Amino acid sequence: MSGRPGLDGPADEDEPERLYVITRGRSGPGGETPFDLVTLIVSRAEPKATMQPEHAAILRMCASPLSVAEISAYLRLPTSVVTVLLADLLADGLIEARAAVPPADFPDRALLEAVIHGLQRL
Amino acid sequence: MDFRDSDTLVGPSGADRLPATAAKAVKVVIVGGFGVGKTTLVGSVSEIRPLTTEETMTQAGVGVDDLAGVERKTETTVAMDFGRISISDELVLYVFGTPGQERFWFLWNGLFEGALGAVVLVDTRRLEVSFEVIGRLEDRGVPFVVAINGFPDSPDHPVEELRSALDLPPEVPIVACDARRRESCRDVLMALMRYLYNLAAPRA
Ligand SMILES: Nc1nc2c(ncn2[C@@H]2O[C@H](COP(=O)(O)OP(=O)(O)O)[C@@H](O)[C@H]2O)c(=O)[nH]1
Ligand SMILES: [Mg+2]
Repeated sequence: MSGRPGLDGPADEDEPERLYVITRGRSGPGGETPFDLVTLIVSRAEPKATMQPEHAAILRMCASPLSVAEISAYLRLPTSVVTVLLADLLADGLIEARAAVPPADFPDRALLEAVIHGLQRL
Repeated sequence: MDFRDSDTLVGPSGADRLPATAAKAVKVVIVGGFGVGKTTLVGSVSEIRPLTTEETMTQAGVGVDDLAGVERKTETTVAMDFGRISISDELVLYVFGTPGQERFWFLWNGLFEGALGAVVLVDTRRLEVSFEVIGRLEDRGVPFVVAINGFPDSPDHPVEELRSALDLPPEVPIVACDARRRESCRDVLMALMRYLYNLAAPRA
């Protein structure tokens, strides 16, 4: 398995318990969540020492925009746990969530043109 | 965990940070059987070292011989590799490579919702793996292209033979791919985007 910068070691047996503590027993927002895997999160406040460590870690890493999937990867937390934490931060006005993808049947042509143009330069 | 009790910085290194102007992100999903080259493809096109995100999936057990009618639940953790391509200062494309156990990644909430489309990576030595994948994408209405990953001992099927073997409608593009080569993977993504472009209604 690749790609967990700065963190190592496998998830241990206390994993379910650890996740329960982090979310204070709340499960992921079922079904309806304002967060897509690629919603970009940007901090609007500095982390404080009094905050839950995971909240502070998110504020720190989202000094520049970061997707929900990237936050999940860096924190090594399931996305359903991350979205609970993000919902807290959003409710407190501590983060901004940018442009979840429009759930249109088909994306519009201007967007696709932009992606094609960008890929051409890859 | 380091981030709980130390000053260790968790998060992207300087070079992996998006510009503050990044305003919108879109995603595509790479699907295919185990060992077909998904992780390789993600790594080939990504501007960051591929990352891994995971989710715990709960699935009702297949309690056929469960006469009591008690629904058993099975929990599985599914990990997924993904990479990132900055399209412009505002727009970012994420590429997700789904894990091998197809039964589980279709349960992943929000993976296919909002995705622009999908790439089905096919290993012609194991075509049968692709049937279920293609069927599920069709059921979900996720538009996709098929990329044939060539391995040294792959039989050399003409494209139209593969199309009929995979029971693909004539409009679905089939392209050749070497997941280890960036330009080749870029061309696969371009084929998907052009296909989506043709599906999209012209602006009124
Ligand atoms: N010849 C060839 N080998 C490939 C290609 N793509 C992947 N491989 C190799 O196939 C193996 C499995 O690839 P991987 O990306 O891990 O497959 P995944 O299980 O779908 O993520 C690796 O050893 C790759 O180096 C390809 O396009 N051509
Ligand atoms: Mg893989």
